[in-house]
Amino acid sequence: MNRSSSGSLRWMAAAYAVLAFLLLPTLLVVPMSFGRNPYLEFPPTGFTLQWYEAYFTDQGWMKATLFSAKIAILVSLVSTVIGTLASLALVRGRLRGSAGLQLLIISPVIIPTIAIAIAVFLFFARLQMIGNVLAFVLAHTVLAVPYVVLTVSAALTRVDADLDLAAMGLGASRAEAFVRVTLPLILPGVISGAVFAFIISFDEAVVSFFLSGVHDKTLPRLMFENIELRLTPTIAAVSTLLTALSLVALSLVLLLGRLGQRRVD
Amino acid sequence: MSAPSRNEGRLGAWTSWLLLTPLLVLFAAVFVVPVVGMLLQSAFDPTFTTRHFEQAVSRPLYVRIILRTLQISVVVAVGTLVLGYPVAWLMARAKGWQAALIGCCVLIPLWTSVLVRSYAWTVLLARNGLINNGLSGLGLTDAPLRLLYTEGAVIVAMIHVLLPFMILPLYAVLRTLPVDLTQAARGLGASGFQVFRRITLPLSMPGVISGLVMVFILAIGFYVTPALVGGSQNMMIAQLIASEIAEAPTWGFGAALSTMLLVTTLGLMAIFHRAISFERLAGHRS
Repeated sequence: MNRSSSGSLRWMAAAYAVLAFLLLPTLLVVPMSFGRNPYLEFPPTGFTLQWYEAYFTDQGWMKATLFSAKIAILVSLVSTVIGTLASLALVRGRLRGSAGLQLLIISPVIIPTIAIAIAVFLFFARLQMIGNVLAFVLAHTVLAVPYVVLTVSAALTRVDADLDLAAMGLGASRAEAFVRVTLPLILPGVISGAVFAFIISFDEAVVSFFLSGVHDKTLPRLMFENIELRLTPTIAAVSTLLTALSLVALSLVLLLGRLGQRRVD
Repeated sequence: MSAPSRNEGRLGAWTSWLLLTPLLVLFAAVFVVPVVGMLLQSAFDPTFTTRHFEQAVSRPLYVRIILRTLQISVVVAVGTLVLGYPVAWLMARAKGWQAALIGCCVLIPLWTSVLVRSYAWTVLLARNGLINNGLSGLGLTDAPLRLLYTEGAVIVAMIHVLLPFMILPLYAVLRTLPVDLTQAARGLGASGFQVFRRITLPLSMPGVISGLVMVFILAIGFYVTPALVGGSQNMMIAQLIASEIAEAPTWGFGAALSTMLLVTTLGLMAIFHRAISFERLAGHRS
């Protein structure tokens, strides 16, 4: 008994040590973004908001941020619509070969992003669409749509299809039944999918690296250049903001997950 | 009554395919066509040739980069297994707030940008970074150690970034193991280590394999982390591809390297397709 609990304790201690390893490096960036020194040092000395000011007043940073936001919003919209339609077919449809379809749909997640990035770069370079918003939106949608399909499919499997049938028995058309019965029930899942898609596009660095032009570049591309070239704390400020955005998105998804569960129950 | 109604509730084949059309058109145009284009570019220059592939496996520099990529990926996969197992084990057993806390600790890094996490490592490992300052503060070193731009840095940072992809599939398997089983073994006199070696570990093998395959596949194609933390001296294949595409006058060789990476991944997917499921990939809660 005694030996068992000490063994368990050792496992627990190891697990918490690994969790600390998982979180701490990212958290260390936060205090750095408030340090006074123009070069990165740890522990930072003094307190200043100047690096945040530098980010919000710099034209290059702002332009890249807006460019990324525009792309991410479009990706979120497009992938949510086509991903939800596809999920309906996969969960509710009579499809032969749906296993193969599922594999095709998740393949952009598993295939190395660098290989997709090169393929897409060669494709859009030939069409002279480097730095083009449409090229980014299309490429990022391919990367984001699997996550939408996954989230919406999970929500759909929890909703009884007979509910739609009941509505149709009462005179609703199939489309009406979907919009007024099923859609409200899976809405938390759909919104989660949209948030997922937004973050994937907004944070995406590899495809962006190749599709960015000299003037039209995404935020991750500009961050990449800054990390490689000069280590100013402005990048620490941008990283902190980006991490905060991820945390907000994750909380939203976790909250929606609970809401979705409650609605169906 | 319920069987026929369930069937009526399903969409017809035509409607189903119609609903899938937008996604399939997008995938055909922006995924399948570009990938086929890349395959063609790697093998036709302008007529059929295998010279790009021959170059990749014959020039010592390229062979070294390919071998280094495989070696780092194996070390990273095993490293995430060793570090991830206790976390997955605790996550499967924890309840209430503890379970929620651990879940958040695993999900937060998954949602944080890879770029930010790699950047954090460049800060930690820099000449005047936390680790060097800590070591000299404790009087352990006289001069700053060279930590950044080493193979060790690449391995540590990649283990950090890929760890959630190991923990989630392990957790998915471990949480289904009945607690009674280990308790019964203990009751029969097995030691903690024996229980782990003869019961927990063998029963969790599907999760172990799934995690190893997923981390290995992600690692061999990794670009951002090795590029920022490893620099050009410790180049992995994705960096070689990127520099070939950025600097070489023709794109055939870059396309060939990319094709090799793609084929390796697809091969692993074909062999281990059961280990890579939709749900495990997202570490699904349900």
